[in-house]
Amino acid sequence: MRNLILASLLAAASAAHATPVDAAKSSVKFVYSQMNVPVEGQFKKFTADVTFDPAKPETGKVSIAIDLSGADAGSGDANQALQLKDWFDTAHYPKTSYATTQLKALGGGRFQAVGQLSLKGRNGALTVPFTARADGNGQWLEGSFPLSRLAWKVGEGDWADTGTVADAVQVKFKLFVPK
Amino acid sequence: MASATPVKYTLVARTLHWLIALGIIGAFAIALYEDDLKFSLLKIKLINYHKWVGLTVLLLAIVRVIWRLTHPAPKAPAHMKPWEKGVAHLTHGLLYLLMFCVPLGGWLYSSAKGFPIVLFGVIPFPALIDKNEAIAHTIKEWHGFGAWTVIILASLHALAALKHHFIDRDDVLKRML
Repeated sequence: MRNLILASLLAAASAAHATPVDAAKSSVKFVYSQMNVPVEGQFKKFTADVTFDPAKPETGKVSIAIDLSGADAGSGDANQALQLKDWFDTAHYPKTSYATTQLKALGGGRFQAVGQLSLKGRNGALTVPFTARADGNGQWLEGSFPLSRLAWKVGEGDWADTGTVADAVQVKFKLFVPK
Repeated sequence: MASATPVKYTLVARTLHWLIALGIIGAFAIALYEDDLKFSLLKIKLINYHKWVGLTVLLLAIVRVIWRLTHPAPKAPAHMKPWEKGVAHLTHGLLYLLMFCVPLGGWLYSSAKGFPIVLFGVIPFPALIDKNEAIAHTIKEWHGFGAWTVIILASLHALAALKHHFIDRDDVLKRML
């Protein structure tokens, strides 16, 4: 009986809890190519909750929700266009979100997240590589991955022309998870 | 290298003159047209073409100045009074200055907007300054002001050439053809 209580207490103590990231320190940016010109943008409004112990990545979980009204593609004109039907269609889909189903170690401080992305009414699997780095009172989860905007119907109609805006968009994130 | 002053501009000088003239007029026309357009694929393309033409003018201007410094231009015709020569030299000097400053301003503006230039979509040029909306706005005004000044000066320059040709009946225009 005593061993059972002890074991339960130990299990409860080691079970990590989901921590909201420090949004002010964190960033989710993207780089897209406009007629071969690399342009940097970012998502200014997002929340993310992270449960992550680098020693036991398989117990971890990450979920992030991005408010697309805060999408900034580098110019006022572009930002207004992003809200419209051909792009993010935020009137119908104000948010995009990603939630992991599996986290695993790849070795050498590198990890891999497998999860579901929900964007513009579509759901799909998305695998994201990342690194974890301890920093005083928290840890940094950082990574980048390519996304095909056309696969998610972001930039439809005339805007599907990849000669003007390339299909591949590189997403870069840097999340600070406080202890 | 000829030490005597020539009668006609060299082929290189003439080619550079007309290429740059075409570039300036073309860049100006594109900007005038696309500025009124709503945000669209076409507008993006035209803005980029405008930058390509502008940067090309800048590069040609560099070649032009080097050529001009190493190959003397024909002298002003004898019938011109000192003040007329003064006005001509001042106008040409201003045009030379502006053919550098206006495209440089455009390059600065593009940099300040966070949109580096990739010439013809293949040759990346560095951003001259970091992204800064406030500075970008100021640079844009100067770039536009400079552009209008070029067009006005170039128009006066062209009218003067026609005056030389049809009224003075000298070879000033012929030398550049």
